Amino acid sequence: MNTVLIIATKEIRDGMRNRWVLAATLLLGVLALALALVGSAPAGSVAATRLDVTVIGLSSLSIFLVPLIALLLSYEAIVGEIERGTMFLLLAYPVARWQVVLGKFIGHVAILTFATVVGFGVAGLTVGTGAGGDAESWRAFGALIGSSVLLGAVFVALGYLISAAVRDRGTAAGLAVAVWLVFVILYDMALLGVLVADEGQLVGQQLFRYLMLFNPADAYRMFNLSGDGNVALMSGMAGLGQQAAFSAGLLLAVLAAWIAIPLAAAGTLLGRREL
Amino acid sequence: MSRDIIALDNLSKSYGVDEVVKGVSFTLSPGESVALLGHNGAGKTTLMKLMLGLIRPNGGTVSVLGAEPGSRAGRAARRDIGFLPESVAFQGSMTGSELLRYYARLKRAPLKQCAELLERVGLTAAAKKRIKTYSKGMRQRLGLAQALLGDPKLLLLDEPTTGLDPASRQSFYATLHRLTEEGVSVLLSSHALTEVEAQTDRVAIMNDGVLVACGTLAELRQAAELPVHIEVQVGSGEDAATVAAMDRSALRINNHAVDFNCRPSRKMALVRQIAELGGVVQDMEIHPPSLDALYAHFRDQEKRP
Repeated sequence: MNTVLIIATKEIRDGMRNRWVLAATLLLGVLALALALVGSAPAGSVAATRLDVTVIGLSSLSIFLVPLIALLLSYEAIVGEIERGTMFLLLAYPVARWQVVLGKFIGHVAILTFATVVGFGVAGLTVGTGAGGDAESWRAFGALIGSSVLLGAVFVALGYLISAAVRDRGTAAGLAVAVWLVFVILYDMALLGVLVADEGQLVGQQLFRYLMLFNPADAYRMFNLSGDGNVALMSGMAGLGQQAAFSAGLLLAVLAAWIAIPLAAAGTLLGRREL
Repeated sequence: MSRDIIALDNLSKSYGVDEVVKGVSFTLSPGESVALLGHNGAGKTTLMKLMLGLIRPNGGTVSVLGAEPGSRAGRAARRDIGFLPESVAFQGSMTGSELLRYYARLKRAPLKQCAELLERVGLTAAAKKRIKTYSKGMRQRLGLAQALLGDPKLLLLDEPTTGLDPASRQSFYATLHRLTEEGVSVLLSSHALTEVEAQTDRVAIMNDGVLVACGTLAELRQAAELPVHIEVQVGSGEDAATVAAMDRSALRINNHAVDFNCRPSRKMALVRQIAELGGVVQDMEIHPPSLDALYAHFRDQEKRP
């Protein structure tokens, strides 16, 4: 077996052993189910299906939760192993440092994928079967799961970057919280604040849109809420969808870049590090 | 290209202003075993890290199994290196057998070796237990087992016997002897000097980042010219006086014992003289300078300006 896959497999086994897989799946599943059952009740007479409403609810949930789970999984992946001394022996094996980073990444993203697919899938199947959803809303639901995994992968990569850059686990934990706060909460609040404060004078809608591209969480939000279907109508982002939204391809590319760049940087940092 | 297993040439390493390895040159030939001696902080571990490519040298060159450790070729060469770090750390939630299988895969070693090695280090009964329940000695033995995965050509063992009880220590050295007979090259570090005496072909002494001496014990003894200690047992005070008269270094302990601390070159002549006394001498013991004494000699020699 390939070295990267050996390390990935070990991370997955670790995740099962220490109940990370179970905990993440249960957390996402229970919250998604609650959201789906409660949130989709009043949809009754509107054109949108119950599944459409669920997609909107779930994307708002996962924008908070998925980055959090991803960062918790990843922030100590490298610095923790260095502190415990296990990295030392691992790197004395015929293993390159980028292989360690990539292998861990694949393992952690696999855990996250399982949790998202199963957790959200249960919610989707519960409300979406029968008259609950049509082909289009199922497509939106599939896109939600796929993009949630991508969003998780972004924050796993950011977690590794933190983990490879700092000296101890405590610092890594602090930085992980900071990264979560900035991307998930503060960035949008700041943008909104600026927009309100200067009443569209300086920061035009165009600039505002581009600024949103620089935040992976916003790219994820735009991807899921501003398509051209019922979801966009329901979420009130349809107007944006008409005049201003970016293509789905561009938004996915933004997420991919947010994965590739931090991951490469983490590999480089670990490569230079003296143990 | 040299055939040496390890070749260090004028190797230096510093952390900031702190120079921990200073111009070390050293070679290890195929099938040779060398003990690297020095107190804590002498640079032994740093030297091993350099050989494994875990850190980069500031000066000089290092070649292990014909490759530079930091390079791509060096990474491939690590498949033939077994390494046991000082105070080895494992993931406590894994079982001994799981851990060994993981490392065997990384080293492309046959998985059936895992059970054999667990047997060899006496961990078969604990193989299915989590490592966090292991004692320090068991962890150390597991560490040795992982180092032996994939039939390495070179073993780098950093303080391999710390935490081992006397029985497992003996079986460790028995394993080591068998491996060197099979042609495995060994570099082991230690600060327990008396323990490695007679266990390796050569000893290398490090002090403050400098390799102060390297050679067989006989060579080092010769170079150090430390006095040989001879103890003679006699029957009476009169005999003790007779014996004590034979060399200036004589020290009369009491009426039954005389000690000599003579120069190595004088040793055989003195022994012959004592033997010629015949029945006067009841017993005699000769102690060559211990490794401790040699170590102290070379360490202090370096300190003198």
